[in-house]
Amino acid sequence: MSGTPAAAGALAVHARKRKRPSFWASQVLKYVLLLVLSASFMLPLFWMIASSLKTSGQIIAIPPIWWPNPIRWANYPEAWATDRYALYLFNTVFRYALPVTLLSVFSNVVVAYGFSRLRWPGRETLFSILLATMMIPGQVYMVPLYIIYRRLGWINSYYPLTVPAIFANAYYVFLLRQFFRTIPNELSEAACIDGAGEWSILWRIIIPLVRPAIAVIALTTFTGAWNDYMGPLIYINKTDIYPFSLALGRIGAALSQVGAINKGLYYSYEMAISAIFTIPVILLFYFAQRTFIEGIKLTGIKG
Amino acid sequence: MAKEGILHLSYQERRRLARGLIFVSPWLLGLLLLGAYPLISSIYYSLHRYDLMRPAVFIGLSNYTELFTTDPTFKQALVNTFCYVGIGVPVSIISAFLAATLLNTKMLGRPVFRAIFYFPAIVPATVSATVWSFLLNPQYGAINATLRAFKLPIVPFLTSPTYAMPSVISIAWVWGCGYTMVLFLATLQDVPRELYEAATVDGAGAWHKYWNVTIPMCTPVILFNLVTGLIYGFQDFTFLRLLTNGGPGNATEVFSLELFKNAFEYLRMGKACAMAWVMFIIVVILTVLLFKSSARVVYYADTN
Repeated sequence: MSGTPAAAGALAVHARKRKRPSFWASQVLKYVLLLVLSASFMLPLFWMIASSLKTSGQIIAIPPIWWPNPIRWANYPEAWATDRYALYLFNTVFRYALPVTLLSVFSNVVVAYGFSRLRWPGRETLFSILLATMMIPGQVYMVPLYIIYRRLGWINSYYPLTVPAIFANAYYVFLLRQFFRTIPNELSEAACIDGAGEWSILWRIIIPLVRPAIAVIALTTFTGAWNDYMGPLIYINKTDIYPFSLALGRIGAALSQVGAINKGLYYSYEMAISAIFTIPVILLFYFAQRTFIEGIKLTGIKG
Repeated sequence: MAKEGILHLSYQERRRLARGLIFVSPWLLGLLLLGAYPLISSIYYSLHRYDLMRPAVFIGLSNYTELFTTDPTFKQALVNTFCYVGIGVPVSIISAFLAATLLNTKMLGRPVFRAIFYFPAIVPATVSATVWSFLLNPQYGAINATLRAFKLPIVPFLTSPTYAMPSVISIAWVWGCGYTMVLFLATLQDVPRELYEAATVDGAGAWHKYWNVTIPMCTPVILFNLVTGLIYGFQDFTFLRLLTNGGPGNATEVFSLELFKNAFEYLRMGKACAMAWVMFIIVVILTVLLFKSSARVVYYADTN
């Protein structure tokens, strides 16, 4: 036993010595490969930004221009003015993303608390039902829900997209439960002895400890609503209440109406609006990268 | 179980039950109102002809039989979906795994590269569809414009029935593999060092270690990604809708598009419900098969 670490050390030294001649070659190969892959992964984004700053001549140039010069910043305000994008942005944020995020955080925290920190008969049975519902594709509910919301007169409103968040979401409950279970029970017990009820234990003790998990839920719900296209496509067809995603989905029609094709700026405008829609998501991701990645790990690895 | 036992519960246990139910009541209500009820009415509508305007007419299993007999596009959609998911999921897992392996080596700037690979996965599907359709444009798209500059023939990525499906699959699954990649990278970083050290002592080479340590340790995550890829692959909608909407012809027509069109464009609500059930049953069968066939291959550290 005592000889093993030494032997391993000797082996490692040996291995390192043997590798040395080809070491740099493999390093170079690795970084070249990484750079090529990164370039191809960044291609759509780069092309979007580059194209959004091109003049009408640059956009149809052959070979393609990768670095527009001169840069045409005017594409952005001009594209923004081709439709009511400020209104769509407002709709996305204040009618959809924010309400749904608030509701979803609240309901999922409460339900996950019930499934993880409280002990009661039948809990595991109900939780396995919750897990089973995650398997059912959304398409199965799509038509009957549409019929229900139609009867309620909710077509052309954001209710079908926001109200269901009151009822928690199996996936988020599962994710939060994973977090909740990591908190030692002694904390709740101590508070219980001090006379705190379940509500105050949840709000005063648990929630401050699971803030990162709540951030994951909030961010995922927010970006999910921001990006959502199918939901609004089904329920919303009045342009006054369009979210940004729907407006982007039919940007072709809007741009041909203002004659962007004739001006040769069709693609530049299209890319400028796409960039405006993407930048907030990228910023969110950039500032909350750790949170996002933690969330992914937690659902994937322990799930 | 809880129902028949409820009388035997002590006072305290009943109080606990009530408290638990109060906390999970939002979900429980949702399960009844937005889960069970739509599920049952979906079965009901799938046995009816219903166009929202006129009352539903009972037609038995006609919606189902129509799908498999007279429906001209359903079979094509079925084949296309199997292609999209059957090729796409493995492609995405392999690319994600290779990218994660590459990033897991000793290197500079790992967070930057990780962010770059994750990036396309966070871009809204509406944006990526818009950008890709311009990027692959036969006239002015970056790729074809480059080909034209070299006097090479252009590639009609999205406009030819031959290239459309392969293009769609590679964009959706390779450029969308960032999420899976992050998961693999985290798993790779969690593989205990001792396992590699033990393998080294046993004289294992790099390949040997990769096959016998790295990959077995990742099998649970591979299975997880196969299952979620399968479930979500069948539901992919936005990107496909905006990039090709099933075209050219029916070359990229998949289940989810076909279902949406039946429901909200042709107003065949009953048929759309029948399609959803067929899709659900296929997904369930495939998931069960995956779990069954993987039981021997997947390695769970905690059970040993």
